[in-house]
Amino acid sequence: MSIMKTLMGASLLAMAAAGANAEDVAITGGTAFTMGGKGKVENATILIHDGKVQSVTSGGDVPAGYRTVDASGKWVTAGFMASGTELGLTEVSLSGGINDARASDAKNGAGLEVTYAFNPATTFIPETRIEGVTRAVTGFSSTKDMWRGQSAVIALAGDNMIVKEHAVLSLDMDEGSAEKNGGSRAALWDTVITKLEESRPNGDDKKDDDKKDKKPKYDSAKAAFDRLFAGEIPLLVEVERKADILNVIKLKERFGIKVVVTSGAEAWMVADELAAAGIPVVLNPLRNLAEDFDSLGTTGAAAARLHAAGVKVAFLPPDTNNTRLVPQNAGNAVAMGMPWEAAVDALTVNPAEIFGIADSYGTLEAGKDADVVVWDGDPLEVMTSPDAVFIRGEEVPLVSRQTKLRDRYIDLPRSPAYVK
Amino acid sequence: MRTARSRTSLVRRGLAVAAMGLSLAACQPGAEEQGAFVEINKDPFPSSYTPLESGITFITNATILDGKGGRIDGGSVLVEGGKIKAVGKDIAAPEGATVINAEGRWVTPGIIDVHSHLGVYPSPGVQSHSDGNEVGEPVTADAWVEHSNWPQDGGFIRAAAGGVTALQLLPGSANLVGGRSVTLKNVPGRVAQDMKFPGAPYGMKMACGENPKRVYGSGKNSPEFRPHTRMGNVAGYRQAWSDAQAYQRAWAKYERDYKAGIDATPPARDLNLETLAGVLDGEILVHMHCYRADDMGTMLDVMKEFGYKITSFQHAVESYKIADKLAEDGVCSAMWADWHGFKMEAYDGIRENIPFVHKAGACAIVHSDDAYGIQRLNQEAAKALADGRKAGVDISKEEAWQWLSLNPAKSLGIADKVGTIEPGKDADIVLWSGDPFSVYTKADVTFVDGAVIFDRNDPSRQPVMDFELGQPGEGDVK
Repeated sequence: MSIMKTLMGASLLAMAAAGANAEDVAITGGTAFTMGGKGKVENATILIHDGKVQSVTSGGDVPAGYRTVDASGKWVTAGFMASGTELGLTEVSLSGGINDARASDAKNGAGLEVTYAFNPATTFIPETRIEGVTRAVTGFSSTKDMWRGQSAVIALAGDNMIVKEHAVLSLDMDEGSAEKNGGSRAALWDTVITKLEESRPNGDDKKDDDKKDKKPKYDSAKAAFDRLFAGEIPLLVEVERKADILNVIKLKERFGIKVVVTSGAEAWMVADELAAAGIPVVLNPLRNLAEDFDSLGTTGAAAARLHAAGVKVAFLPPDTNNTRLVPQNAGNAVAMGMPWEAAVDALTVNPAEIFGIADSYGTLEAGKDADVVVWDGDPLEVMTSPDAVFIRGEEVPLVSRQTKLRDRYIDLPRSPAYVK
Repeated sequence: MRTARSRTSLVRRGLAVAAMGLSLAACQPGAEEQGAFVEINKDPFPSSYTPLESGITFITNATILDGKGGRIDGGSVLVEGGKIKAVGKDIAAPEGATVINAEGRWVTPGIIDVHSHLGVYPSPGVQSHSDGNEVGEPVTADAWVEHSNWPQDGGFIRAAAGGVTALQLLPGSANLVGGRSVTLKNVPGRVAQDMKFPGAPYGMKMACGENPKRVYGSGKNSPEFRPHTRMGNVAGYRQAWSDAQAYQRAWAKYERDYKAGIDATPPARDLNLETLAGVLDGEILVHMHCYRADDMGTMLDVMKEFGYKITSFQHAVESYKIADKLAEDGVCSAMWADWHGFKMEAYDGIRENIPFVHKAGACAIVHSDDAYGIQRLNQEAAKALADGRKAGVDISKEEAWQWLSLNPAKSLGIADKVGTIEPGKDADIVLWSGDPFSVYTKADVTFVDGAVIFDRNDPSRQPVMDFELGQPGEGDVK
């Protein structure tokens, strides 16, 4: 049943995807992990057709016309996903021209959309994808208020990289946001609750109807709140302190909306409550310093503890320029007690579900977009890197601005500008 | 009032010294009565570090990386009296030794981070704790970072859990000259001096490029605010060195005159120029924040013009472009494995920077500049090693460990004491749960001077800072 549903969803999405002239490929001989960190298939034959995973079988034959990629002795997984970046919104973030992720003067925070700011030509997309990260959530770091626009999900290659334009509505509820928005948590929460009450369906819409001759004021934020209350997208809340997270759980109950906690320094302290409320947590598993009075309880064991309590976990990379390091973050979560399978899930199937793209990405199942990475070892290990990366069925060359600089300077020529 | 009193006391002291020195003065015809020779105390904040209690420790069956490029499989290390007593395959545990069977585990020299702001930008990073950049003016060589160090920063303990046994605290990079650095043993203390690495020379932080010109140039468009440009930066360094030379000459003249029997007045102390002159005298090591190859190239010439030594370029993301020149001039590069791109001067960072510098025969160091990075510098070295190998640079793990211990020790002037596992050196070593080039490996035990400063399996050797008491997360696994 669910596979049929998945296939149907996938075929609809295929129309939007780029893979029209994608070649047929067979990746053979590797050890594949087809369901996040689970679904291990030895000597796997992975067939890619029309940009999709066609089949994964152990020792399966390669049909005529398929190019074979030998993955003997290698590990094969779905491409990884980084669950919070500004990829495509910023190039050089400090004194390097515009930083489109920083919409600090934008007064209508909730209405902002990535589409108009996204630059698919950023050099950080090739740098990231050649290290096996094929999907990312990208969004805004700041606006004038606490609403930080709607983050998108991108695929890191192809003609239309934005695969889900409205993935979440982002809300900043940490200490810094309280300082900015009224100077106190009380003021911040008052503003947020008021806005959500006003945006509730069947709320106070009638006032406008009374003024029949007047054209309703256009409000791009309203569309975002409509999506939220329709259950199409979750509210992604950046929040650190235990007490604040408990209030976020209450917020979910009060408004009946989907909620995801991000950053969540002290989320592990309320892991059972989060699990009961069905709230996933997106976090950087390296965090273990009391960076401020919001995050005193932070620990590197957080990911392991949240997972053990049944909370769905996904990972943040260290920062946008180092999005490629999100597998290292996952490896460190394992070092701090998270099962390896769960850590790989947190890079694949979990973010796929949290950000609403599970119908097309996250596993190596028939019908899914062929985001496939062949690794020269355990993908969470720091000395491992990809030998081949496929994104929506297209093999991407393992080339970036960085690799070009590397190749230019490997022998220290006198005037490298003349060296091709 | 205070001025008058101190003048009186100076006169009195002068008289007393003059009386004692009478016979000497009398030998020299025409000699005047001299005041006391004024000599500057170069160590006014002496180290009060004392090692924690330690016994005799014998670690055996370990894979040992000696830190200078060697490896011993199935080796043993004997630690006694806080020092490494012996290392090798054929040594035995003496009577009374605590024996650690390290089968499957690795032993390395402790990691030395040459670029840290722990204590000066501590956790929690609230405004009241922001003590790392004396931005008031472009040259603040009179500021000493040890006076900003808060020993209660929990970051020190996290670093110990990551195998860091010594570190250099640097002032920030806002200024052309940020001030003096300090080298620490990573052992908690009650006052900052308790952490100071005994006998380590002072360093001085300088900065190239974007930071100084942004901090001073962009704030105010006033001629008082310089530099605005890279050429303004260089003008600033050169003027500072020129002033320091004049200051050096003034003190030299005072000393000469005094020795000639003249009752010379010493120059007024200028704490800024005093530190700069200390560099010119070769007593203070320069660690210069510099990203771009062309900026480094300029600084190598400024260094030659004024006859001082740049010990290391910090961050040095473009060292791979001039690694041959850096090898020739003997300047170390302290680098990240892969941080890059966050500003224009970091835009050309490549993953192979560290191995390419190594390959050119230059001194390569893995550094952190970060309270998280310092916790897993072994992983940073591992990434750089793997990227180098993939680019065809054949480096072994034992060679690569030099980036974490011996090379940083050299650049801090403490390689005679730490940085390798050799008899006679301080027993600053780490027992790893496995191969430290794996993401899954953790430091099991970190030793400084033979004492356990952190033990992952013994809560009594997992220090808790004053700040952490009574707070959420106190004593938790971090």
